Amino acid sequence: MKLKLIVIGSGMVGARLIERILAKSPHIYDIRVFNKEPNGGYNRIMLSPVLAGEKTIPEIMTHNHDWFKQRDIHLHAGTEIREIDSINKTVKTDLGATYQYDKLVIATGSSPFILPVPGNDLPGLVTFRDIRDVNQMIQYSKYKQKAVVIGGGLLGLEAANGLIKLGMEVTVVHSNNVLMNMQMDAVSGELLKKSLTETGMQFCMNSKTVEILGDSHVTGVKMADGRVISCDLVVLAVGIRPNTTIAKKIGLEVNRGIIVNDQLQSSNPDIYALGECVEHRGMVYGLVAPLYEQAQVLADTLSGQSASYQGSAISTKLKVTGINLFSAGDFHDSNDSESLVYKDISQNIYRKIVLKDNKIKGAVMFGDVTGSNWIFENLVQQNDMSAYRDTLVFGEGFLPLANKDLEKEKVA
Amino acid sequence: MTETSTIQTTCPYCGVGCGMDISPKPEKNSRSNKLAGFEVKVIGSEFHPANFGKLCVKGSSAGETVDFDGRMLNPQVNGEVVSWDSALSTVADKFRSVIDEHGSDAVAFYVSGQLLTEDYYVANKLIKGFLGTANIDTNSRLCMASAVVGYKRAFGSDTVPCSYEDLEQAELIVFVGSNAAWAHPIVYQRIAAEKRRRPDMKIVVVDPRKTATCDIADLHLNLKPGTDAVLFNGLLAQLSKSPALNQGYINAHTEGFADAIAKAVERQGTIEKVAEQCELSVEDLSQFYNWVIENDKMVSLYSQGVNQSSSGVDKSNAIINCHLATGRIGKEGMGPFSITGQPNAMGGREVGGLANQLAAHMDFNKPESIDKVARFWKAENMAQENGLKAIDMFNAVADKKIKAIWIMNTNPVVSMPDADAVKKALQDCEMVVVSDCMQNTDTTQVADVLFPALTWGETDGSVTNSDRTISRQRKFMQGPENARADWWIMTQVAHKLGLADKFQYESAADIFREHAALSGFENDGSRDFDISLLENMTDGEYSSMQPFQWPLTADKRHGTKRMFEDNYFFTPSGKAQFIAITPKAPVHPTTKEYPFILNTGRVRDQWHTMTRTAKTAKLMAHTDEPYVMVHPADATDNKLMEGELAKVENELGLVIARVRIDRGQRKGSLFVPIHWTAQYASHGRVDVLVQPVGDPLSGQPESKHSPVKIAPYYAKWHGFILSREPINTDGLEYWVKVKGKQFYRYEIAGESAIENYQAWSNSFLDKTGDILDYEDASQKRYRSARIENGKLQTVAFIAPSTELPPRSWLGSLFANEIIDSKTRLNLLAGQLSGAKDEGKIICSCFGVGINTIVEAIKKDKLTTVEAIGQALKAGTNCGSCIPELTEILTVEQAKELTS
Repeated sequence: MKLKLIVIGSGMVGARLIERILAKSPHIYDIRVFNKEPNGGYNRIMLSPVLAGEKTIPEIMTHNHDWFKQRDIHLHAGTEIREIDSINKTVKTDLGATYQYDKLVIATGSSPFILPVPGNDLPGLVTFRDIRDVNQMIQYSKYKQKAVVIGGGLLGLEAANGLIKLGMEVTVVHSNNVLMNMQMDAVSGELLKKSLTETGMQFCMNSKTVEILGDSHVTGVKMADGRVISCDLVVLAVGIRPNTTIAKKIGLEVNRGIIVNDQLQSSNPDIYALGECVEHRGMVYGLVAPLYEQAQVLADTLSGQSASYQGSAISTKLKVTGINLFSAGDFHDSNDSESLVYKDISQNIYRKIVLKDNKIKGAVMFGDVTGSNWIFENLVQQNDMSAYRDTLVFGEGFLPLANKDLEKEKVA
Repeated sequence: MTETSTIQTTCPYCGVGCGMDISPKPEKNSRSNKLAGFEVKVIGSEFHPANFGKLCVKGSSAGETVDFDGRMLNPQVNGEVVSWDSALSTVADKFRSVIDEHGSDAVAFYVSGQLLTEDYYVANKLIKGFLGTANIDTNSRLCMASAVVGYKRAFGSDTVPCSYEDLEQAELIVFVGSNAAWAHPIVYQRIAAEKRRRPDMKIVVVDPRKTATCDIADLHLNLKPGTDAVLFNGLLAQLSKSPALNQGYINAHTEGFADAIAKAVERQGTIEKVAEQCELSVEDLSQFYNWVIENDKMVSLYSQGVNQSSSGVDKSNAIINCHLATGRIGKEGMGPFSITGQPNAMGGREVGGLANQLAAHMDFNKPESIDKVARFWKAENMAQENGLKAIDMFNAVADKKIKAIWIMNTNPVVSMPDADAVKKALQDCEMVVVSDCMQNTDTTQVADVLFPALTWGETDGSVTNSDRTISRQRKFMQGPENARADWWIMTQVAHKLGLADKFQYESAADIFREHAALSGFENDGSRDFDISLLENMTDGEYSSMQPFQWPLTADKRHGTKRMFEDNYFFTPSGKAQFIAITPKAPVHPTTKEYPFILNTGRVRDQWHTMTRTAKTAKLMAHTDEPYVMVHPADATDNKLMEGELAKVENELGLVIARVRIDRGQRKGSLFVPIHWTAQYASHGRVDVLVQPVGDPLSGQPESKHSPVKIAPYYAKWHGFILSREPINTDGLEYWVKVKGKQFYRYEIAGESAIENYQAWSNSFLDKTGDILDYEDASQKRYRSARIENGKLQTVAFIAPSTELPPRSWLGSLFANEIIDSKTRLNLLAGQLSGAKDEGKIICSCFGVGINTIVEAIKKDKLTTVEAIGQALKAGTNCGSCIPELTEILTVEQAKELTS
């Protein structure tokens, strides 16, 4: 008799988890998946290229209904879990059906953060989270001219880029004076802004949105300084909030996200959680790479192997064609760190590596990200980079200082 | 463009005087000052008796130095370009007014062993015959003046007895103070070839330093600096007790043997005494003396190590004494052979271009000679006595006794002893006229009037090499439009002084004929130098004149290979003179404060003050920076490290040079090359350290024995700059400029920390175009590069130590029309990344490029996207590249099918 495994959420992480469990131990579990969205699994990261017209929805589908069917997995698409009975170990759907579980995995992901300002419920205001949002934006672009994207982070800029590709006039309103200020420093942020400006993107930096204007539909955005930008579409991309409602309801330990241990186990031993909805060692991750690592650890755990998630170093890339940027770790100067800085400003190239005790603490690159994976690997592994210091910022493949012939050679 | 036929000429460099065959390919527009596309091919003349087809690296690179880069193009007065007429008048007027007001001795010429004989002749005639003073001296004073006096004391004439052939016929060659391997490469190679042919031929090198010449030596005597006269006095003493003594010859053809041997025996009578005084081992010394005793065919080949001394004349006579005592002179394979440094030092001696000569091997010591020359020249204002020799001449400039000086084709601000004092003297002088082919030399920078001179290849004349061979230098290309031959410039000044009828020269041939006529004028065998057979030669004969060894007279119609074969000397008695020698120590001994003896000399691939040789990258490759050579023990004691910088200084000045540690350097002595000028190095002029003392007879400075101290130069930072255009070095503390191919390299260092790299580099690096920079602030490393229109313009690297990347790869990029993006990113890494070229990145999560993917598909026969993922991780993270991976797979599989 197989154990009953219920997974709430078949987003990228939920689907990846199931894949890994099947690969590891295909016969342990009877798997049942509930998905709030009406479709199967798709690559959410690829929504930006879809919006930009570089990819189509079918191209980004990863796990359709057939995929689940072929693997004898019960997929409940368009079905939301409203209640969990952790004592009797059952879940109840929005339609009232109840299902038994032995192990439960919560992979509810996150929701866009909605700015608490007047007008935030007006038609014409969208977030950038799922296929529905993308379709909505594409529709708007067909008969509307002007869009404002609130939030100059990764997602906001990808949305803005997509809307420009769709022919809209786009202004990005950002609360900081550095774009992608979580991932970029002032110099790279400025280069990023310059590059995006060249694509036609407009910016309203250092600006706090205080109101979404409009009676029956958005007509503009109002800033703290009184400035108004008129528009037909507002895209809200100011961050995400882990979906923890259901976890809170049954008394799981929740802080910003559902708190899990190194085995991705919540405060209830039979309930696991992973993905954007969890908080591990104080960190809430919003990028796919660490979440895939979580999926692997949880798949191992559920297969009865000992595995442990230690947290992830993360690196960032922007999915905007023609723009290369990379950042990882802590790349801000401090008293106990040392910075290596390369600038080729006329080519919009900037690369900075921050070392602490000869190990890479952080890196930020713009314009040319050659060797960034090697840099990231060495950051993750915390290797001593003394021998490479002289060429480190330029990437890999250079002779280390120790091997270099120090005898000054002649030039003719 | 048409190729003209081969033109035979003579090398512009050392005293070996090699013949060259030139194939110039001039541009059509020969009046243009640009020489784009001009090519001069140089090979050795097969039939020239100096080199028989061989050339050294300097000579064979001479064709690369004939561009007009850095040339002086126009006459200038006080920094303004003026007409020839105006410049000539300015000089003539000033010389006249100075002479009128202060007398003839208030003017002077300082000329050069690089002048052609014809130019030299006009200079000597103008000043001695018509300006009324013998204040003409030459840079040859620094080179072989002691040898001249040594010969004159022994032979009554300035006669080099030998021919290069003697070197190949000798059984024993003793190099004394000569690094011929570097300074006279072709003579050295002839000897080396002979040594290979006859390994039993003995080679001895007498030099405190183990030089490249020692490579072929059977014995190297690294004697205490300044003790050469002791060594040869000791040899004379030993010879006198040996069968090698030629009493018959001594009795018949010499005078003064008794005195000379008495002095030698008294002070250097035993080998032990000599060994002690020279700081040599008794074994080595005995070996040397025995070889001399055993080998009749002996040539002593001596050079600056003997000459540049406060007792250089005595040293050369100590050598000559040994040849006279054994009768080893005037025969095949033997003789005391002074080898000169410059291409026309000998020609200068022949015209009398030194202050203590008159003309044509005549001197001021005989009133009839003065009269003779005056009558020949129809001179109105004949000098009556010796003028001031170089050191005294510049002292007189400093004392304001000389108020106008005309310097031709030489660079005394670099090459004179106490060079900083010479620079100051010239700066303060009322009028300094400089004729030169280069616009910027250390000396043109202190000039009031500049005359642009033609140089090698652009003008006609003749030169004499070390073995009395007179060869033609021939014009093979057009010089800058406004430059003129030196003889023409002087002739025009003479005309302005109202001497037109005495200086009626239309060509170099006119002057040569007069020079030949003077050599024979009332000679009748009384003077060695006689080429009067040529006094009536035609222009055509002059044009096709072949090399010959003087004298060339009716008796000796093909010239003279060897002198004194008849055992007749030009002394009053007709006999050669022994000179009794009391060896003298150098004037300035070392002291507690200045404990090191500084020796100076040449490096292999440079010539003099580098105005010509530094133009070619090839020649800069051998030695690119001024260096100081130190014995390992001295280096340890003074905390000197190989490749680091050191300060060498005394009360006169300071030199900063790169340390080279070498066992061949004698303990307690240092060596620094002579070549570097303020145009090529911030602190490379070694002559600022040389004491302005000379031999009392020859006036030759003691350039090989200056007491100094040495200490590390504690640089806070080191670096280099490569730049397409020369940079302004004003703000740099230590710098050396090195010509590369299409760029200049500057090695730099400083004792004061750089606070702000940007501001620092802004002060001397142009900032137009794209600027790339790199900073590692905590390790104080800074690098920058400038690219304009895709081409690399400058690249600079600064580091806290000499640990800097190799310069060659960066240097090679100056040849690139376009710096591609990979190279551009690697520029400031200082090397090209060896990382595989991934090609276009397909999987950006794992940085997997198309090249890697295609390679893996082929190698591992991958057929699915999943397989690619397993092999390369590509597509296994965000998966956004899976469509592209699929496409690549399809394309590769299609290729596989069709192939």
